[in-house]
Amino acid sequence: MRLFDLLRFSLLALRRQRFRSSMLLTAVSLGVAAVIVLTALGEGARGYVLGEFAYLGKDTVVMIPGRKETTGGMPPMTGVAAHAITLEEMEVLQRAVPGITALAPMVLGNGPVSFNARERDSMVIGTTAAFFPLRDLAIAQGSPLPELALGEGMQVAVIGQTLKEALFDSGRAVGQWIRLHDYRFRVVGVLAGTGDSFGADLSEAVFIPVASAQAVFNVHGLFRVMLKVRENHQVETVKSAIEKQMQALHNGDLDVTLISPDAMLSTFDSILRVMTLGVAGIGAISLVVSGILVMNVTLMSVKQRTAEIGLLKALGAPASQVRTLFLTEAGLVAAAGAVLGIVAGQLLVLVGRQLYPDVPFATPAWALWASLALAVGTALLFAWLPAQQAANMEPVDALGKK
Amino acid sequence: MIDICGVNKTFTLGDSTVHALNNITLQIGQGEYVSVMGPSGSGKSTLLNMLGLLDRPDSGRYSLNGVDTGTLDENERARLRREQIGFVFQSYHLIARLTARENVEMPLMLAGVPARERHPLVAGILDKLGIAGRAHHLPNQLSGGERQRVAIGRSIVMKPAILLADEPTGNLDSRSGKEVTEILETLNREGITLLVVTHDLSMGERATRRIRMVDGAVDSDLNDEEAA
Ligand SMILES: Nc1ncnc2c1ncn2[C@@H]1O[C@H](COP(=O)(O)OP(=O)(O)O)[C@@H](O)[C@H]1O
Ligand SMILES: [Mg+2]
Repeated sequence: MRLFDLLRFSLLALRRQRFRSSMLLTAVSLGVAAVIVLTALGEGARGYVLGEFAYLGKDTVVMIPGRKETTGGMPPMTGVAAHAITLEEMEVLQRAVPGITALAPMVLGNGPVSFNARERDSMVIGTTAAFFPLRDLAIAQGSPLPELALGEGMQVAVIGQTLKEALFDSGRAVGQWIRLHDYRFRVVGVLAGTGDSFGADLSEAVFIPVASAQAVFNVHGLFRVMLKVRENHQVETVKSAIEKQMQALHNGDLDVTLISPDAMLSTFDSILRVMTLGVAGIGAISLVVSGILVMNVTLMSVKQRTAEIGLLKALGAPASQVRTLFLTEAGLVAAAGAVLGIVAGQLLVLVGRQLYPDVPFATPAWALWASLALAVGTALLFAWLPAQQAANMEPVDALGKK
Repeated sequence: MIDICGVNKTFTLGDSTVHALNNITLQIGQGEYVSVMGPSGSGKSTLLNMLGLLDRPDSGRYSLNGVDTGTLDENERARLRREQIGFVFQSYHLIARLTARENVEMPLMLAGVPARERHPLVAGILDKLGIAGRAHHLPNQLSGGERQRVAIGRSIVMKPAILLADEPTGNLDSRSGKEVTEILETLNREGITLLVVTHDLSMGERATRRIRMVDGAVDSDLNDEEAA
């Protein structure tokens, strides 16, 4: 039988059982769309997280209080340490470890920031001037935080672009006094960009000197410290020098974790890859479930068309040809369902991208092919048994059935 | 061309067995016109199915054109059906979703004949059977007589040597029945070997050779040409 005839014959048969065909089509396309959307979510999350950390240069090291005893896996992001990391210790580090060229301690808080009658709940980051070049943040208006001694407070603030617009509209912000809890800060600078490269967070944040933040939020320990390694110094060497120094400062306890972005990125990358695969697997299960539907529908079709099978055999169709006919029908529906599912899935991904422009949702190419192949493969596999049943029918028995 | 010898076929239904074909021996030559009559349940359809390679005998030998069909596997039997045998059934067995033309085309399609070779062939047959104007109708838009003519068209499109018709006029009124009979006889005159199972005495009597079956056995076998 010629391919064109085979396809035409199968399409006519499928059209004849419209309800069953469309049910199958729906099931398969839902399964494929699930794979498409779920992998896009996984990839989006991966891209988002990687993008979030991409601003950290290869020569940056982040110090976090606390230590995870087991090696490998996620670093402690909210670890509670026996010893806090203090500003005084950072002064020691700067003096004692030769490989450090810049050091930006961070204290994190949240509070109502207001100007006149306008108020916004904002993230407040207590840090130093070194923070801005380290995070590659440009200043659009005014200047960054002034160079101060680590322990020195000052009532000055840099604000993000989004926050600036929320509080000042298009008016001038630099030179104005904003209020945070019971403290007043003079705006000295506004960050450039609305944060498309680092997420919306920083563009909504307020930056004040770290000592001031400690006073505002009444905290002593640092949330984390970003350190830049001097050129021509090995990151690993400097890392262990810092560890040694911290251990000495903490009475011999090594209770801080140092992360270099390389290690962190590869950890995240592998975790998120596994997540994408897992999530794709969930979608794939729905496809396999639709295979059972394929089997039932084909079985029904074979039962209902027994007389036709008998006729085909009487006309001299060999068993393999009868089998091919039924497999083609199942394969066609699955392929059509897969294409439909891919289109629907991609549309959903597009909608997702519109809704969350920061997250780079994208279905990886392998997921498109894999879902198509899986849909058709599953359909053929599950249709095989009923198709084989049709192929093996005795012509005289089949013809006799109505 | 058809040569069966000592063929038996029994069916078991529950605990009763039916001897549908009881030790039948029969030779039919090229171009003969044979009618098979007899009470219902006497094994006429079973015999025809056996001859058409749709069914296998329990015992006995069947050779078709010198080929011992007992030794063939299912694929080889399918090939013989495709190339040598045409079937016409009482209930037409047309495919409902295909037009008259497509139904006639079906065997060619299965055999992989390209469309441009199929079309003139099918057009010629539809014309000859007087249903050219119905080519694009679906079976349920056709009368019984027209449907049976489509089925006959389908049975001869591969130019088989043998045409097996199991009560081809059984579902037809007497006029369409007569027309269908005449078509089959024309085909026989053109050389096809024709076997017709029928209940219709007047149709059966027209055959040059008349076989009567009773209880799975040949009761009588009258041949005008041998007598003549
Ligand atoms: N598939 C079958 N299973 C059981 N019995 C059958 C089957 N086919 C035919 N028979 C029996 O075999 C006998 C002959 O049947 P058949 O050849 O159809 O008779 P006819 O065509 O002469 O009316 C009948 O008794 C019938 O019931
Ligand atoms: Mg019968």
